[in-house]
Amino acid sequence: MALSEVKPNNKVLAWVEERLPILTVANSVMGPGTPTPRNLNYWWNFGSLAALCLIIQLVSGIVLAMHYTPHTGMAFDSVERIMRDVNYGWLIRYMHANGASFFFIAVYTHIFRGFYYGSYKAPREVLWMLGVVIFLLMMATAFMGYVLPWGQMSFWGATVITNLFSAIPGVGESIVTLLWGGFSVDNPTLNRFFSLHYLLPFVIAGVVVLHIWAKKISDSGNPLGVEVKSNADQIPFHPYYTVKDAFGVGVFLMVFAYFVFFAPNALGHPDNYIPAEPLVTPDSIVPEWYFLPFYAILRSITFDLGIPGTDIVFIDAKLLGVLAMFASILVWLALPWLDTSKVRSAKFRPTYRIFFWFLVADMLLLTVVGGKKPEGIWPMLGLAGTIYYFAHFLVILPLLGKKEKTLPLPESIISAVKKSA
Amino acid sequence: MKMIKNIALAAAAVAAFAVGANAAGAAKHPEKVDWQFEGVFGTFDVESAQRGWQVYREVCSACHGLKYFRFRNLDKLGYDEDMIKAFAAEYTVAGEPDDFGDPTERNALPQDAFPNPFPNDNAARASNGGALPPDLSLITKARHDGANYLYSLMTGYEEAPIGVDIPAGKSYNPYFKGGQISMASPLSEGIIEYEDGTAATQEQMAKDVVNFLMYVAEPSLQDRHSLGLNVFLFLLVLTIILYFSMKKIWKPIKAGKNVYEDE
Repeated sequence: MALSEVKPNNKVLAWVEERLPILTVANSVMGPGTPTPRNLNYWWNFGSLAALCLIIQLVSGIVLAMHYTPHTGMAFDSVERIMRDVNYGWLIRYMHANGASFFFIAVYTHIFRGFYYGSYKAPREVLWMLGVVIFLLMMATAFMGYVLPWGQMSFWGATVITNLFSAIPGVGESIVTLLWGGFSVDNPTLNRFFSLHYLLPFVIAGVVVLHIWAKKISDSGNPLGVEVKSNADQIPFHPYYTVKDAFGVGVFLMVFAYFVFFAPNALGHPDNYIPAEPLVTPDSIVPEWYFLPFYAILRSITFDLGIPGTDIVFIDAKLLGVLAMFASILVWLALPWLDTSKVRSAKFRPTYRIFFWFLVADMLLLTVVGGKKPEGIWPMLGLAGTIYYFAHFLVILPLLGKKEKTLPLPESIISAVKKSA
Repeated sequence: MKMIKNIALAAAAVAAFAVGANAAGAAKHPEKVDWQFEGVFGTFDVESAQRGWQVYREVCSACHGLKYFRFRNLDKLGYDEDMIKAFAAEYTVAGEPDDFGDPTERNALPQDAFPNPFPNDNAARASNGGALPPDLSLITKARHDGANYLYSLMTGYEEAPIGVDIPAGKSYNPYFKGGQISMASPLSEGIIEYEDGTAATQEQMAKDVVNFLMYVAEPSLQDRHSLGLNVFLFLLVLTIILYFSMKKIWKPIKAGKNVYEDE
């Protein structure tokens, strides 16, 4: 990793730069001194879009925290006060609530970009794994944030999700008590969730720095999946990708603005406009849309794991469901080794390309299943979707890498670019 | 002929099942009404909301609170300061304790929230056969398809289908989950006399009160829409400029230029 040194003409800047080479670092990460593959397509915009979302969430969230009261008796009222009496409070809150959804849209796209183009393969395994860590932190942060308004879905979502930990043998009940700070979801729970909801975004920001650092070490991948071979394969990040990212930001913000200003509650659940009522269980407890595939995996396990025909149970259904849900994300950590193909990009892997789209369809199916009541055909579809999900990572990918006939790779990025032009 | 009979029987069975299922849980889908507040150019229908405010005061407020709505919030419904003060003064609220520490009452002021009809939830339940009338401040946002749902609910009372028993104190309403609602049909024709002379039909009152409650639940709606249009226009122009900047900057690269070696 070579840093492209910056030598400012301004004496003060030069003095600072000599002692803390911050301009050099900036220049080497996203400046003119950052050689980048010349063939990145629009799917590569979603990294900067995710960073934008993190900033939107941090800024809007800090302002919300100035007006919010983390107390079971006052939280809901304080949110309504923000909506009604704080200047532009409605705008800040709607940006924050929809910002969470858009953060997940950006990150899901970023992850599936990685799936398609094999972004997780050597030498980018650590870069990929840091991304998975960011995703896990985002899920924890989003879950705790959803509890803060203290509506019906906040309260019951918190109850259902924290109860999952009681499935852990031996220490489960103690962990749940620790999460709650008592013997049910109550004021101590709300207080610690608020505290952690404020803390975790900064942890995310820290891991994002590591993620970008790892990217700097291994350089960006690219849609062809062949390594950079010469200068001709590269262009400076600035101005080429700064302007392309800026254009992407414009498009993304237009979609975001549509939701914030014209459909601010479309992605939320109406029950969260009912204050939390521990004695009234909602009709159905549904998590936010971005959790639905994993929620479907959790609920699809309704059987114990044991020796059939006997009473011997190794893992009961509840624990198995929880394990399956966590495993469905943790399996991504092993992806660089589960995918045995030497070829990165799906562009040259015709069979993998089909299985990629099967995985997308499977995730969409699980999203639908997660939002339905577990009745009729839905549990069966959920189970089928879950089995296929794990089969994709644990069976199909390892075998496919060995059997698949891949297409010939281009000689270099520039030769492929010239050929298509 | 026998086949037709079979089909008819099957259809009847399906219909009966549908009614049964309806009574058992799944509520009827709300009727779709055209609301002026819908869409990106949506604005409040102020005249209708004013009538709705009258409906709320004279009918709904007997049982339902409006805890997040303060009298001063009437300013955007076309009432001036004196009128708001006059509206508020019609109600009494708890005041500061007097010099002897005894509780007092005073007339409401514009900054006060609309007073709840009951001192607490238990009192509300006791007066309503055990059912708690929900606060209406957020009701249009707290139900799926809230505005249409409320309109349908208030205009949708009907005779219970044969085979569905409705206990005393309950009414049948297909739009309500479970079909049995503790609120008797609240709006009957002519129950109030509109100050502006509009004929007080059930549909008219339902529509007016929904317009009012939408304002109560989402007072920023109109500001949100107009600011949103400006933001969107700004972003559109910015994005177009960025698009052409990108095209211009990238032109040599697309033509195959090697930035690091071609000079």
